[in-house]
Amino acid sequence: MQDILVVNNLVKQFRQVRAVDGVSFSLSEGICFGLLGPNGAGKTTTIEIMEGILAPDSGSILYRGRPIDDEFKKRAGIQFQNTSLPDYLTVAETIRLFQAFYPDPRPFDEIVEICSLSDILTRDNKKLSGGQRQRLLLAIAIVPQPDIVFLDEPTTGLDPQARRNFWDLIRRIQSEGATIVLTTHYMDEAHLLCDQIAIMDHGRILEIDAPQALLDRHFDGVLVRIPLHDPQSIDFPLPEGAAIRHGALELTSTRLDETVRNLLTVGLSLDGLSVHKPTLEDLFIKLTGNTLRA
Amino acid sequence: MNSFIALFRARTLEFVRDRGTFFWNMFFPMILVFGFALALSDAGTTVFTVGLIGEPPGDFDFLSIEQIEFIRYPIHDNATVESVVERVRRHELDMVIHFDSTEFYLNSESDTAPLLRRIFEDSQTRDDGPAVFHERQISGQPIRYVDWVIPGVIGMNMLFSCLFGVGFVLVRYRKNGVLKRLKATPVSAFSFVSAQAASRLSIVFVTSTVVYAGTNALLNFSMEGSYLLLAILTLLAIVCMISIGLLFASRLRSEELAGGVMNLVSFPMIIGSGVFFSLEGAPQALQTASRFLPLTHFVEGARAIMIEGAGLSGIFTNLIALAVFSLVFIAASALVFRWD
Repeated sequence: MQDILVVNNLVKQFRQVRAVDGVSFSLSEGICFGLLGPNGAGKTTTIEIMEGILAPDSGSILYRGRPIDDEFKKRAGIQFQNTSLPDYLTVAETIRLFQAFYPDPRPFDEIVEICSLSDILTRDNKKLSGGQRQRLLLAIAIVPQPDIVFLDEPTTGLDPQARRNFWDLIRRIQSEGATIVLTTHYMDEAHLLCDQIAIMDHGRILEIDAPQALLDRHFDGVLVRIPLHDPQSIDFPLPEGAAIRHGALELTSTRLDETVRNLLTVGLSLDGLSVHKPTLEDLFIKLTGNTLRA
Repeated sequence: MNSFIALFRARTLEFVRDRGTFFWNMFFPMILVFGFALALSDAGTTVFTVGLIGEPPGDFDFLSIEQIEFIRYPIHDNATVESVVERVRRHELDMVIHFDSTEFYLNSESDTAPLLRRIFEDSQTRDDGPAVFHERQISGQPIRYVDWVIPGVIGMNMLFSCLFGVGFVLVRYRKNGVLKRLKATPVSAFSFVSAQAASRLSIVFVTSTVVYAGTNALLNFSMEGSYLLLAILTLLAIVCMISIGLLFASRLRSEELAGGVMNLVSFPMIIGSGVFFSLEGAPQALQTASRFLPLTHFVEGARAIMIEGAGLSGIFTNLIALAVFSLVFIAASALVFRWD
């Protein structure tokens, strides 16, 4: 498939902080691309450079082989992380306002139908709930009939139901052929929606691939966790790859029978043992560490 | 053009729906005008005020009457005489005595004229001096303080409405991300800003007209000149004040700072432009400084039209000054404007 957007060696410095430090990747047309990372990893800066809102210190963005220009603005749908809507306008008026900005806007009824806004058309922007607000912001993003849509943490702060509704919206827009660029904190969301993810930290991309491919690469087998009553009492050498974290022995295993048998042999109580398939969250913690970020 | 109309409409709707601001803009100036009219309705003091042109003879009895306040005009070229006599016409002086020409002026439409004539003639018969003063009658309706202050009140309201309505709103939009969201659309900064300015221009012009008409219905202001000219002056003044608002809004991100800066600008401007008091007796430096305040040119021009019936040539310099200020401020804000 053809690349719709190519990101080439972006660098952006804010005073003391190098927010983006040499980021490169390319997006095939029609995929959903997830940009993951802890707070302050540089996700928003990267996505805003891709949107043409911020200018990079160096590096380039190519949209269909050309630097981003006015044509890109007409074809890109954008939802920022923190945006107010114009005050004292209703939902319908806001959509019509944004329709006026584009040469060939999506029909009003279609936008309302896709984003399920028909019940709140006459409501003032200020009186929307979190989920309604995000749906309206998405509605604005799809006004230009975009072939690429940027969503910066669109589901942060939404309740589980609203999140699931929003996922359906994103899938629908993708199914119409649009390429989606999504940042999120939620690993389940990324795993469900994204065809490809990049994990960022400290302004760099640590890993980039399809979610399952990343998991296969980093985790061999399943994760085994055994709570310890007294971590000091371990008097046998730990198996390779095992570690004691948060008062429990954690290890990965490719052959569970054998692992369990070995642990019984060294006399460890298996009370409370749990086994789970590694998730993106495990990978995320493994790659970015689990220390608190300021 | 589509986006200009849509933005214009959105901004205007926002103003009309923001009830608090809407009523504040309409009724505050009206209350102020009625307040002035009420508080100063009997401002005609019990003491007569008489202007003296030229040097009075040493033993001029009339001058010893303590209930009369005398104002001396030592220079007595024709222009001074004319302007002093004009003040009698406007009831700002009750009488003028011109010693060189041995004439005195009274306004036949003033209630004080018969009494002052009597006192003056009485004092003359007791004087043995050779000079006999001849009366020159003039006539003219009194200019109430409220006639004089109405352009100032409307001008002040325009100033606040333009500074805060354009400046403050743009700063708020910048801070809360609305501007950033617009930057991500094909809308140009120019069409966005000009839609804001055009919306504000219409709003301020309509509110000013309503305030004028509403207070005029009850107070019946003096209006010697042309309404068309007054409208042109008003429109130009609004453009000028909006351009000041734009300049402040072109970069600031903090509403608190913007509010402070705008107050810092507007209050000295109100004092320095002669909104509430005449600057006639003020120090020369202040009078010179006031020439550089846009509000001065609106207030001065509007008073000239309404009170003196000035035509285009009479307020031409005011119009030019407002136009020049507008161009300078608009060019400066275009240079420094930022979306974020």
